[in-house]
Amino acid sequence: MRDASPAKAYALHIGVIALLFALNFVLPDYHQGLFARIMALAVFAMGYNLLFGYVGLLSLGHAMFFSAGLYGAGLTVYHLGWGVPEAFLAGVACGALLALVIGLLALRTSGVAFMIVTMMFAQVFYLLILYFAAWTGGDQGLVIQQASRVIAIGDASLDLTDPTVRYMSALALFAVVLLITLAVVRSRFGRVLVAIRENEERTKMLGYDTVANKLAAVVASGAICAASGAAYALLFGYVGSSFAGVQYSILPLLWVLLGGAATTLGPLIGTLFMYYVTDITSGFTSAYLLIVGVALILLVLFAPRGIMGSIRERWLGWLP
Amino acid sequence: MADKNGFFDLSKTTLSRRTALKGIAAGAGLALAPGFVRYSQAQSSAPIRIGFQSHRTGIGAAYGRWYEKTSAAAVKAINDAGGISGRKVELVIEDDGTDPARGAEVVAKFAKQHKTDIVFGTLFSHVVIGSAPAAGENKIPYFVVSEGHHVASTKLNRYVFQPGITDVKSQIQSMAPWIAANAGKKVTQIFPDFAFGYDHRDYLPPALKAQGADVIAQIAIPPTESSFTKYFPQIPAETEVIYHVMVGPAVLTFVKELGEFYGSQRPQLFGFIDSLEAVDINSPGLEFLDGSHFWEGSPRYAQADDSAAQKAYRAAVGIDDNGAAVGDPKDVSTAAHMFGCWETLYVVKKAMEDAGYKGPEDRAKLVEATEALKEFAEGPEHPQGPKTFNGKIHQCFGIQNISKVEGGKLKVVHKTKIEDGLYEPEGDYTTQAL
Repeated sequence: MRDASPAKAYALHIGVIALLFALNFVLPDYHQGLFARIMALAVFAMGYNLLFGYVGLLSLGHAMFFSAGLYGAGLTVYHLGWGVPEAFLAGVACGALLALVIGLLALRTSGVAFMIVTMMFAQVFYLLILYFAAWTGGDQGLVIQQASRVIAIGDASLDLTDPTVRYMSALALFAVVLLITLAVVRSRFGRVLVAIRENEERTKMLGYDTVANKLAAVVASGAICAASGAAYALLFGYVGSSFAGVQYSILPLLWVLLGGAATTLGPLIGTLFMYYVTDITSGFTSAYLLIVGVALILLVLFAPRGIMGSIRERWLGWLP
Repeated sequence: MADKNGFFDLSKTTLSRRTALKGIAAGAGLALAPGFVRYSQAQSSAPIRIGFQSHRTGIGAAYGRWYEKTSAAAVKAINDAGGISGRKVELVIEDDGTDPARGAEVVAKFAKQHKTDIVFGTLFSHVVIGSAPAAGENKIPYFVVSEGHHVASTKLNRYVFQPGITDVKSQIQSMAPWIAANAGKKVTQIFPDFAFGYDHRDYLPPALKAQGADVIAQIAIPPTESSFTKYFPQIPAETEVIYHVMVGPAVLTFVKELGEFYGSQRPQLFGFIDSLEAVDINSPGLEFLDGSHFWEGSPRYAQADDSAAQKAYRAAVGIDDNGAAVGDPKDVSTAAHMFGCWETLYVVKKAMEDAGYKGPEDRAKLVEATEALKEFAEGPEHPQGPKTFNGKIHQCFGIQNISKVEGGKLKVVHKTKIEDGLYEPEGDYTTQAL
C-alpha cells in the first residue's frame, strides 16, 4: 500500500459524495430513482467488499445478512408498527447478531469450505423465511405501506417515498458507510485484515489474533449489508424472499469484482455499471443477461482487478 | 490498498491502452443510449401508451410470451375498432425478469421515463406485490392479471387493480360445491410449501366444510423437492379425492410417481391447471391424469358449445382447437389465464372512456372510474364469461370451468356461478387518498 496521501483520498471520497449530492438535482426522474436504489445496494457491495476484498474471505451467503436487515426492519414495521429509525436499527442489529453467530461457526473453515458453509447457512435462512410464511409473507413477500415509511421529527415529517427524500436518505447511508470503510481500511485494524489476506500464518506469528480479527470483520460486514437491506425495505417498501436467494449472494460478488475488490469506491462503480448495463440492454433484447455475462468475461480477461483496481494499478497508486 | 501477491489478479494481464479506449467508447455509447432521452408528454391526439410489465425471462417466461401475444391481439382488436376515445393504443414492453425488485424498477421506468398512461399485465404474485409500492408512489394505475388474492386482500394500494381475472380465493371457494357433490367428501390436499400452495391450504377447508365435506390431510411439499414418492404414504387410506396443485418442472415427476404409487386403483384426482399451463396434457408420464378433473379459468380446448365471442377471441389470439399456437402444435398456450389480458385491456378502455381520460394528469379520475365499474357482460370484450367487479377491493369475480381429461383433451363438465365465488370484502381501497 502506497500510503502517502490521506488528504487526497479523503478529498476524492468527499468529492464523490458531493457529486452524488449534485446529481440529485440534475438527473431525470427515473434515473434519480435508480440512483437511490444503486446507492442503497452499493452499501451491500461495500459490506461484502470489506470481507472479500480486505480479508480475502469469499462468502456465498451474504444474501442472508442483507435479508436479515430487510426483514429485521420490514417485519418490525409491519407487525409491531415501529417507526423508521427504530426499525432501521433493528435491521442492523439482526444482521450483526446473525453475522456473529455465522462467523463463529463458519470461521472454523476457510477457502472453498467457507464458501460452501456460508452458502448453506444462507439457504437455511432462505428456507426459514418460506417456512415462517405466516409472518414473513413467504415467497410473495409483504408491502410496507407508504404511511409507515414516514419519519416524524417533532411537527415535521420526512416521507421516504418522496423521490428527493429517498435519494438523500440513500446518499446519507452511502456516505456514512463509505467514510467508515475508508477509515477502517486505513486503520490498524484494516491493515491487520489485509495482512491476514496476504499471509495468515505470518500474521499469526507476528502475534495477531487472526480469528478475532476475522470475526470482527464478518460482524462489521454483516452489519453493513444489513444496513443496506434495512434501508432497502424502508425506502422501497417491499420485503420478499427473493432477496434471500442465491442470486443476491452472487450479485455483491459480481459488483465488487467489476468495480474492483479491495478498493473503497469499487463497489459503487460495480453496482452502477451492472445496473445500467442491465437497464439499457434489457430495452433492446431479452438476452440482456448474456450481455452482462460477456461484459464480466471481458472484464476478467482485460481488467482482472476490476475497474477501480485497474485504475489504481495503472495510474493512481494512492487510491484506497 | 494494492494486493501485492496478486490475490485478485485472475490472469495477470494488464490493461492496455486499446482496452481502455474501448472501455471509454463503450461508456460514452451507454451514456448516449435511449435510456437517457427525456420523453415528451403525450398529446391528446397521441396514442394511449400502456406499459406492459412482461415476464420475458425468468420463471414466468412461458406465461409472459403468451400474455404478450394475447395483449397484442387485444390491442390490435381495439385499434381496429377505433382505439380508446378515438386514440390508438400502443404497448410499451419492459422485461421484469419475473423478479420483484426489477419489477418495481420497471414500474418506475414506465411512470417516469416512458411516461406511459398505465402499467399492465403482471402475472406472478411476488412481482405484483414487489411492484405495487412503486405504482402507488408514482400514482400510476397498475392493472395486473395475476389471479393472486393480494389485490383483493386490500394489502396493496389504491392504484392496483385486477379487473380481468378472478382471484384464487374465489376460484378455490367456487370449486368446493362441485368437489363435494361429485368427487368425494374426504379430501387430501397436496400442495407446494410456499405462498401459492398456502392459498389452497387456507381457503379450501372452510369452503368444503360449508358443503359438508372435509379436508382430512394436508401434505405440504418443500419447494426444493424433486421426488415425491416418500410423501404418498401420508395420504390417508380413506381419501376419496386428492386435490393437487403442484407447479413447476417437478409436476411431471409428481404425476408419474403418483401413478406408480396407485396403479389403476386411485382416488378421484382434482387439480388446478396452473400445474400444467403451457404443458401438453399428452406429454409422456401424464397418462395417469386421464379421467381426472381440473380447474380452468378459460378452457384450453375448443368446446362444442363455445360462444361466437370465444371463437373470435381464440382466432384473434392465434390458438387452435387444442389450445396450441396455430401452426405449432407443440407451443401450448396458457389459455386458462391469458384471457385476463384481453379482458383487462377492454376494462381499461371502458374506464378511460368513462373518465374522459386525456393523459397522465387524469390518472386519479381513471382510478375512480375503474372503481365505479360494476359488471362486465359476456361478449367479444369478455369472451371468458360475465363478471362482476367490486370497486372497493379492486377485484372482479367470474365463472370458473371444471374440465375432465378425456381422450387426451380437457372437456368442460361444469361451469360455476359467479355467486359461488363471492366472499366478504376484507377492506376498502376507496378510503385511501389518491
